[in-house]
Amino acid sequence: MRRRSVLGLGGGIAALGLTLLAGWWQVDGPGASGRTDEARPLPLTEMDFALIDHEGQPVGPETLVGRASLVFFGFTFCPAVCPTTLADVSGWLADLGEDAARLNVVFVTVDPARDDVKAMAEYVGYFDPAIRGWTGPEEQIARAVEGFRATYERVTTDDSYTMNHTSSVFLFDAEGRFVSTVDYHEPREFAVPKIRRAMGLETKRAT
Amino acid sequence: MRHAARSMLAALLLAPALATGAWAGSDDVVVENAWSRASIGTSRPGAAYMEVRNAGEEAVTLTGLQSDLAMVSEIHRVTTDDRGVSSMAPAGAIVIAPGETVAIAPGVMHVMLMQLQRPMREGESFPLTLNFSDGGEVPVPVPVLGIAARGPEG
Repeated sequence: MRRRSVLGLGGGIAALGLTLLAGWWQVDGPGASGRTDEARPLPLTEMDFALIDHEGQPVGPETLVGRASLVFFGFTFCPAVCPTTLADVSGWLADLGEDAARLNVVFVTVDPARDDVKAMAEYVGYFDPAIRGWTGPEEQIARAVEGFRATYERVTTDDSYTMNHTSSVFLFDAEGRFVSTVDYHEPREFAVPKIRRAMGLETKRAT
Repeated sequence: MRHAARSMLAALLLAPALATGAWAGSDDVVVENAWSRASIGTSRPGAAYMEVRNAGEEAVTLTGLQSDLAMVSEIHRVTTDDRGVSSMAPAGAIVIAPGETVAIAPGVMHVMLMQLQRPMREGESFPLTLNFSDGGEVPVPVPVLGIAARGPEG
């Protein structure tokens, strides 16, 4: 009996190992196929939402068509992921130099209850001036998130709440077609070549 | 006598060098490259980062930390699922093997500073104390850099 249960445990561990291997193969390994069509963001031309930028101007997906765009979601009460992303994006814009002037860069809050226009204006003001902050009514934020096939959820903490959200940076070309993402855990040096590709610029070989 | 005086002088000169990494007495824990980002007021949580190195020959367990800057300080781990959704959760006790360094770094972990008692202002620093399972405490001065800082060099 005892031996049998040990064997059973061994089998279970082997099965778990196989499951983990299969998961790795599909997610990070050679079997990774990128985003499925279902998870692929819509073209900006097929999205439909109406928000307000940090200067109080009405904005929507149509605002972004005509130039390549870099869009990401977050919230200003975010302690680590969002300031890291905003700081990284600021660094990429610096690396792009003059080319950065031909890119839309937008930070969309998933926490409009706390992130009003004033809060967004103050927050983005600490980063590269090219970064626009978008907020708006909760249902319009939800429509934007849906168009990007992103997600967010409110998580209650002891005395307050935080937001879990898609931390990928989305890249679109000038026609509004989705090109690629820069994921949060991806090596940061991949970002600038990806942005240049979305902009239709020659990708410099890294030296 | 003269030799002793020279030794003392050497010790005095060396002291600032030793103080740049915070020593835990017998704990052999060295904390390096501590930094944090300035906060906007006190309503938002702050975050700090550092590298915790175990220079000793026995494993140590980092159990928690505290600071008079925040009512609650916790190490949080950021995980990102296969849909690209990031979430954070308390990291719990962290065992550091001999010779190992745990990087509390952007993208991986951060010290979450909740209910700030005062704003974190660029150019200032605040004291943080790391607690270990053997009762040891390691004080760490954490410099506050700009809000858009990307690492200990700014």
